[in-house]
Amino acid sequence: MAGYMLRRLVQAALILLGVSLITFFLLYVLPADPVRQIAGRSATPQTVANIRAQLGLDQPFIVQYGRYMAGLLQGDMGRSYLQKTDVATLIAARLPASLLLMAAGIGAELVIGLTMGVIAALWRGRAVDSGLMMTSFVTVSAPQFVVALLLLYLFAVKLGWFPIGGYGTPAHLVLPALTLGILGSGWYARMMRSSMIEVLRADFIRTARAKGLTRRRVILRHAMPNAILPIIAMIGIDIGIFMGGIVIVEGVFGWPGIGQLAWQAIQRVDIPIIMGVTLVSACAIVLGNLLADLITPLINPRIRIR
Amino acid sequence: MKKLLTSTALIAAMAMPAFAQETLDPKAQSGGGIVVTYKDDVATLDPAIGYDWQNWSMIKSLFDGLMDYAPGTTELRPGLAESYDVSEDGMTFTFHLRTGVKFHNGREMTADDVKYSLDRVTNPVTQSPGAGFFGAIAGYDAMADGSTTSLGGVTVIDPATVEITLSRPDATFLHVMALNFASIVPSEAVDAANGDFGKMPVGTGAFKLDEWTIGQRLVFAKNPDYWRAGLPYLDTVTFEVGQEPIVALLRLQNGEVDVPGDGIPPAKFQEVMGDPEQAARVVEGGQLQTGYITLNVTIPPLDNVDVRKAINMAINKDRITQIINGRAVPATQPLPPSMPGYTEGYAGYAFDPETAKQMLADAGFADGFETELFVMNTDPNPRIAQAIQQDLASIGVSASIQSLAQANVIEAGGAGTAPMIWSGGMAWIADFPDPSNFFGPILGCAGAEEGGWNWSKFCVEEIDAEATAADSMLDPTAPERLAMWSDVYMKVMEEAPWVPVFNEQRYTMKSARMGGDDSLYVDPVSIPVNYDYVYVTE
Repeated sequence: MAGYMLRRLVQAALILLGVSLITFFLLYVLPADPVRQIAGRSATPQTVANIRAQLGLDQPFIVQYGRYMAGLLQGDMGRSYLQKTDVATLIAARLPASLLLMAAGIGAELVIGLTMGVIAALWRGRAVDSGLMMTSFVTVSAPQFVVALLLLYLFAVKLGWFPIGGYGTPAHLVLPALTLGILGSGWYARMMRSSMIEVLRADFIRTARAKGLTRRRVILRHAMPNAILPIIAMIGIDIGIFMGGIVIVEGVFGWPGIGQLAWQAIQRVDIPIIMGVTLVSACAIVLGNLLADLITPLINPRIRIR
Repeated sequence: MKKLLTSTALIAAMAMPAFAQETLDPKAQSGGGIVVTYKDDVATLDPAIGYDWQNWSMIKSLFDGLMDYAPGTTELRPGLAESYDVSEDGMTFTFHLRTGVKFHNGREMTADDVKYSLDRVTNPVTQSPGAGFFGAIAGYDAMADGSTTSLGGVTVIDPATVEITLSRPDATFLHVMALNFASIVPSEAVDAANGDFGKMPVGTGAFKLDEWTIGQRLVFAKNPDYWRAGLPYLDTVTFEVGQEPIVALLRLQNGEVDVPGDGIPPAKFQEVMGDPEQAARVVEGGQLQTGYITLNVTIPPLDNVDVRKAINMAINKDRITQIINGRAVPATQPLPPSMPGYTEGYAGYAFDPETAKQMLADAGFADGFETELFVMNTDPNPRIAQAIQQDLASIGVSASIQSLAQANVIEAGGAGTAPMIWSGGMAWIADFPDPSNFFGPILGCAGAEEGGWNWSKFCVEEIDAEATAADSMLDPTAPERLAMWSDVYMKVMEEAPWVPVFNEQRYTMKSARMGGDDSLYVDPVSIPVNYDYVYVTE
């Protein structure tokens, strides 16, 4: 177990190093000059050259990357070119909001998706099954921007049940979490349905039924816990998808997370922020996958870690 | 030294020594607060750094410079300087400061602060995007190359007097002193902020920063010691950031927002204007902006002036204006109509595809040619580019659209690799209301260098020389000077390096409870509104 952990951690570090190198390289070759963005349109060539030299952007790629990584290893994520503030401060101020929304969103999609999946499996082949699967197909394909605005318009503007965007109270969290939940639920519904159907055919379910257990007990205590197992690993992978989708949902609901920070930074070629947010997101994805791999054997003894 | 008055506004101002006691709006009520929304977080409130239209008006309310503009107008008036003298040769300005003006930290502002602030903004270490504006001050070059940290042309005479010497005449110098970059800041607060002055601003302005929660909101609180007596009217201005324009509009309709800072979203514009109750709360005004297509004069066949003229005649500006719901007026020339120096009565190139086609044929391109049109990838710009593409196709020019992020278009424009660029989303808005501001960086030889904003790479030395001569005149509003500028732009139009397409109008929406003259809501220098002078009526 310890050996496995160590191996996975080394792997994770290598992945993050690769991500940092690729991102930094893409930003380096991008045909857009951050110095122009800082210097503004009326700056003289001298001002531009001055700023370029101060930021070290006149140095070759390897020197720039080396300096960035040297700083990063000492915990320095650099300063935003345009906001002139430490990137770590900016990310730290926004990360809790993103993590909260992510947790609530995953919770919502699990509740919605698993419920749909179980119902569809139990009534397999009936109208309710095809209806639910159709719904899951729609939610998977629906554009986030549209769903977010529809929910906002219906529940906040028309019905007035929730605030129109913003952050602070649990009420503010409901609509953005629900948006993420609805959109992500389709995958879980389909996964859960097939997993559940498979489990319901298994010998131990037949045994349980033969023992005379109630249908309800068979489903809740025997079928569902086993059917959920393959889903657990999916949550870890889902974190990556979430990191992408959260940008739009944060935008519509005015949720002050790192997605909005990244979006603004990309528009203005604010390289230190783009690097910072990318690395933090990559960390979350790597950690999510690692956790999924570690949890699975705990709940399913058939899987052994070597 | 002779007193020289440079504009009627200043004559009026100088005739009243106690100008701080200005006439206030008799209907104004003090107290209350407003909520303003923005999509983007505020980048910085450091007046030496901030250079986007969002933080420009915010910085204006936190800081003051020696010069200022009368609210809702483009008329210069003294700010922290109570009065000033100009030497006969126009090379020395002596500013007499107001006494008793206090920074938000309680300390009195003196001439040393003026010197410090100008040293700071021109010091390359500050990385100010506005440093170049101060190029006319003596000693600027030594500052820019880092050989000194004190601007030689700025001298403290006594605590209430500063003398600024220029190295060349500059008609726009007083406008430069009214830019945010020339705001007076206290050195101790800059030092204490340890590099984060942009997040901890301290000025002499009508408001002080009370709270800034990153990614959520900023709260400005009234400065009770503000030197303009009776101002501001509002107790607080709350800026909520991270709000989609469409969500901001919904909240405004719900009574939660007073001014949507990003304006009315295009998709909702007709709906809002079609509802008399909402339309009554929209203030329309001009702005010092022109949207244009640059034609790169170094890339064949656009190096042929007849080809450029033909393209000018092929573009249907009315149709493009319709694409943005008529939120603009078709443009005939580089300067917007409200800019001094605008040539009244000039019709520009008429829309005439038949003649354009003939001109193209006469120039040897009867079968047209292929080219590229660069455009920023946010709505409505790609749609406008498609309209331009269709217009060009009608005279046989096949343009492929390169729809890119803003930074990439700017890069291609600066590098001179883009044959044509639609300027939307990056279009020129004047830094100050003077015709020179539309020339140097975007049509003059200085901007045509690699990386400059002159994307046409247009550089005609005679025109540049006339522009320089106009800027050497002492009085920025002198009719002869404005006539020279008008002539400059007419000569530019003869060379047709641009297709001037439209001048965007501004539409500011406000809540029913907001008061103050309409001009405050389309203030040319404070977008969206002039926070110091607006008020609420309940």
